[in-house]
Formats: sequence, C-alpha cells, structure tokens
Amino acid sequence: MTLPADAPPRRARMVRVALTGSLRRTLVLQLLAVAGIVALVLFWAIRVTADKAAEAAQDAVLGAATQALADGIRVEEAGVDLDLAPITFSMLSAMGEDRVFYRVDFNALPMTGYADLPPPGAAPGSAPLFYSARYRGQDLRLAAVTRRLLVDGTSLPARVILGQTRLGQKAIADSIAGRAALLGVAFFVLAVPLSLLAARAILGPVGRVADAVSRRGPHDLRLVNQSVPAELGPLIGALNGFILRLRAALSRTETFIAEAAHHIRTPLSTVRSEAEIALRQSQDEPTRARLRSVIRSVEESSRSAGQLLEHALVLYRTDRVDRTEVDLAALLAAQVESFRPTADLREITLRLTAPEGAAPVLGDRLMIEAALRNILDNAIKYSPDEAEVEVALTLDRGQAQVRVSDRGRGLGGADLPELAQRFRRGGNVADIVGSGLGLTIILEVAEASGGGFSLSSRDGGGTCALFSLPLR
Amino acid sequence: MQMRFLLVEDTAELARSVQDLLRLNGHAVDWAATLADAGDCLAAASYDLILLDIALPDGDGRRFLQDLRRAGQDMPVIMMTARSAVADRVDALDGGADDYLTKPFDLAELEARARAVLRRRGGAAQTVRGFADLTFDPLTATLTVAGEARELRNRELRLFEILLGAPERIFSKDQLCDRLFSFAETVTDNAIEVYVGRLRRKLEGSRARIETVRGLGYRLTGA
Repeated sequence: MTLPADAPPRRARMVRVALTGSLRRTLVLQLLAVAGIVALVLFWAIRVTADKAAEAAQDAVLGAATQALADGIRVEEAGVDLDLAPITFSMLSAMGEDRVFYRVDFNALPMTGYADLPPPGAAPGSAPLFYSARYRGQDLRLAAVTRRLLVDGTSLPARVILGQTRLGQKAIADSIAGRAALLGVAFFVLAVPLSLLAARAILGPVGRVADAVSRRGPHDLRLVNQSVPAELGPLIGALNGFILRLRAALSRTETFIAEAAHHIRTPLSTVRSEAEIALRQSQDEPTRARLRSVIRSVEESSRSAGQLLEHALVLYRTDRVDRTEVDLAALLAAQVESFRPTADLREITLRLTAPEGAAPVLGDRLMIEAALRNILDNAIKYSPDEAEVEVALTLDRGQAQVRVSDRGRGLGGADLPELAQRFRRGGNVADIVGSGLGLTIILEVAEASGGGFSLSSRDGGGTCALFSLPLR
Repeated sequence: MQMRFLLVEDTAELARSVQDLLRLNGHAVDWAATLADAGDCLAAASYDLILLDIALPDGDGRRFLQDLRRAGQDMPVIMMTARSAVADRVDALDGGADDYLTKPFDLAELEARARAVLRRRGGAAQTVRGFADLTFDPLTATLTVAGEARELRNRELRLFEILLGAPERIFSKDQLCDRLFSFAETVTDNAIEVYVGRLRRKLEGSRARIETVRGLGYRLTGA
C-alpha cells in the first residue's frame, strides 16, 4: 500500500530516436579510405622512382663499360682487333652477380661475342644507346655504341653492344619497394588514430551543443548561444526556434491555468455570497433549504475547480521545474499555521511536533506545499468537530516523514491505490464536500519528489497519513 | 468583533455582495474598484484590514502591496485570489500579505482569518466591549465576569458575537446554525443547543443571559 520510496521519478523517461548510421563512423571510414589511397600512391611512386634510379645507375656503369669496350677496338695491319681490357669487366662485376654478354660487329658483320644478342631498334651513335630486351630467358639491359674506323682510307662502322642481366637492379628495386610498402603500411596505421582524432575534433562541437542542452534543468529555456562552426548554424537555429515555440506554448499553458481559475472562481464567488445574503434574509424554510443546497454546490464546484487546477499545476511542474532545497520543517509549520483558523471554526485542534532546526529536502516548494495542504485539508475535513489532528515531523535515516493522524472516519475498508484514482472517493464520505483529486495530487508529488505516501487506519478509529521525502 | 474593511476588488457584483455580507455581520466596508481608488481611500481613512484582490484593472495587487510596505504602510492585508491557489499564495505571503484567501470564501472563514491576523498583530485596535455587567474582548476571546476572565472556544465566541450584535433580538436555531456551521456540514438539530448550553455556563454569575424563546429561538438579554 506504500509507494516505494525509490520509484523512478517521472522525469527519467528517455526518448528513443531512430539512428541511421553514424557520422563519426562515416567520417573515419572516409578518412581511412583516403589514407589507404595515399599509401598506395606513395608506394607506387617510390617503387617507380626506385626502378628508374636503379636503371639509371646500371645505365651509367653499362655506358662506361661499353665505351671502354669500344675503345679497345683497334685497326691493326692484319685487320681489326679487339682488346678486351679487364677493367671493363671488373667495372661490370661491381654490379653484383649479373651476367654480361657482348657483341661486336664490324662493317655490319659479326666480329666477336654473342652474335645473336638483340640489336637496338635504331642505329646508335658515338654516345651509348640504352635499351632492354629478353635474351636466353633473361631480362637484359643493353647499351650500344658505334665507332667509325679508318681502314685503308675508308671509314667503316664498328658497333659494340654490351648487355647485362638485371638481377642487381631488381634486388635494389625490390629492397626499396619493400621499404616503400613498409612506409605505406606505417602511414596507414598512423592514419587510424589520426582520423579518429580528426573525427572527434570535427564532431566535437555537435557533442558540446548536445551536452550543453541536455545538462540544462527542465526550467531552463534560454536560447542556445554557443559558438559553433558555420555548418551547425542551421541546426542551432532550428533548435532555438523550437525553444521559442516551446516557451510560448508553456507560458500560454501557465496563463491558461491561471485564467481558467479566475474565470471560474470569480462568478462562483458572487453566487456564493449572494446566496448567503439571500439565506440570511429569508424566513421561508423551503427557500432556505434550497439556498443551502446552492451554497453547497458552489463549494463543491469551486473545490473541484481548485483541485483540478492544482492537479494540472502539479503535472505541469513535475516535468518542468528544477528541484531546489526546501526546508520541510518551515513549510510544514507555515501550512499548519495557515490551517489553524479553518480548523478553529470547527474547534479542531492542530498539534504540531517537530524537531528543532531545518529539515532540508530536495523538491519543488509549490508541489510540496500542494501535497501538505491536501494532507492537512483531508485530515481536518474528515475529522469530527472538536477533534484533534496530530501533525508530526520526524527525521530518520535520511528521510523526512510527515505523519498526520486524525480521528476521522477512517478509510472505510478501501485502500490507497483505490482511493487515489482520480475522482474516486471513499464509500463513507458522501456527506463531505470533496473532489476526489486530493490523494492523486499527494501521490503525484511524492512520486515526482522521490518520496512516498501511505495511508493507514489508526487503532481506535481515524486515519494516519504518512508523507516522506528524502533528506538532502 | 466589528471591523472596518477596505475591499479592493474590480468585479462589481462580487464587491457589492461581499460588502452586503460584511455589513450584515456589523462590519464597515469601503470599496475600491481600482488600485488608484484604494490609494485614495487609504489616504483618507484608516482601516482594520485591507482585502486585496490580485488582478486589478490598473495593476497587480501584489505590486501594490509591496509598494505599501515599502512606504511604511503597516496595515494588515489579506490577499484574495481567484487564480491557481498554490503559486499565488506563495507570492502573496512572500510579498508581505498577512494571510490569503481563495475565492469563493466563506464569510466565517474570512472573519476567522481576520481575527487571527489582528490577534497576531497584537490587536492594535481597541476592541473590548461591555455588556450588562461583563466585558468582552473578541480578539482574545475572553469574557470577564466579576473580575474573572473566562476564555470562549471558537463557536461560543461566534455565537456570543452574533447575539451581542443585536441584544434582545430573537435568533432562530436555523439562523444561528447557518452562521456557526459550514454549509458543507450536516448539522443535527440539537447541535446549537449544545453550544448555547456551553455559552450559558460561561455567562454564569453575570446579569447577561441567553433566554430560550419557545418555538422561536434564543435572545441575549442583560436586564
């Protein structure tokens, strides 16, 4: 029958939003794709450059060796002779394990070397002409030069071709390519945390705005004026537009609650006092009975209007108002004091016992007041004349408890969940004016403030209402 | 206890009937329909209590009250509102009002609250009345008979005030019931006899007494 003190507060409701993908993930993936492409291009560029450099190095040696070989061709008396200088080959062997092939043609006739070594596509001059070809199943890099020799007064061409396998060059290129690949992978790996950081930095303002808005109290309807990147401008604009509309709607609600009450209660007041005057001036018993019934109805409807508006106010404030520190002891004392004249009219004694000092609780002052007023009002309303209503505040184990005990007619066998339904009243109160909203209001305040409320029957008759709030 | 009220209320019908009702109970009432009128009344006369509405055509009653208090005007004020009870009450009390009433209100409740306010304020006004050989202080609810102070309970006090309002006049049981009990209560026929009986005991030893006029009601006589 007791509302659990740890019932989740109403404001803990979460709104589920349909999420389609993640900007951060998209951004990170795109950054990584770019990094991957850059790494590949980098690898390819290094590889091509390395190949070219290795080729150029080989060409330089090959060219020099070819020139040296060509220098060894001499015109002797017996004809043309080739003097293979050992320097030529030692120069070439510096390139590594590569094999060397040569061919010398004199006057377009093979003179020495491998006669089937592929010739260049064009006739070479005195400067080396470089080209590549396959020979005996191997890739060769070749250089060719032509020298003109004066034999018997005739200038005749001597063509020297020197070829070398490309194993050394390939080894150098491979090693550089290996490093390039390593570099590419390292670049990519480094790009992962960098793109995560970049995504966070770019999406940071979004998170900061969301934070700033969600950290706000329910009452805080200031416009968002954080400085944000231009791209977030439209979003903030839309958010501020929404806040303005919300403000207008809320203030209309507030005004409506106040205005509705005003427009209902003012004419009711006139009806009530006119009826009271008529009653005082009338001698005719049937008329007096009717007037009494008019006054009773006015009381009932003004009370219902009041409770409805108070209920609306509680519901409205539940979702909207920040909880602040409230001194329950002072609030309770003031409420008891304000009910004294009312209780006194029926000679009901209100007795308040409370510990010295404050009882700080977290809540909304207006809502807690509404709850206390309804509890006290119920206790007084249902008490017989000249009875006593005991109000006690106790502070115990982090809870402030307000216990209001009356000697009224009790609960009539009903329990709290049943009685607390809107517009539901006990089966034993038909002769007392009430709206059936009082308990609903108290329960709603208890729930919204993280407190509890219970009703129990007292030994010897009457009801005991227990309203508790967590101490600050 | 007769009081002099200033009623600040813009709804004419309501103001008129509240005035009539207060006058029926023997009070004096001036009516101001605007804050400007209220200022004029306050400048011209002194009141026991101001009944101040919140929403007035030329301003907010709470602001008016704050200005009064700031100007050193200490007259007791009860705010009346027809609007949402909790929020306005807090505003009104924080703004310097002595008490607060939600419309529509019961005249008995208004008088009870006014009495409580004046008692709390220390009863500046001279309210003690004499009748026959007794004196009566409505603010402290005491009858003094032959030098002996007797405290009246709430209904005895109100009953005595009604009868004292028109000595020798006969009041019917119904008339007394209507003023002693709220209309929301069901009152048994002999309830009034209980309170008349109690009041008679408090009057013992005095020349003042309550007579039963068979079939008609009761009257206070001091002869």
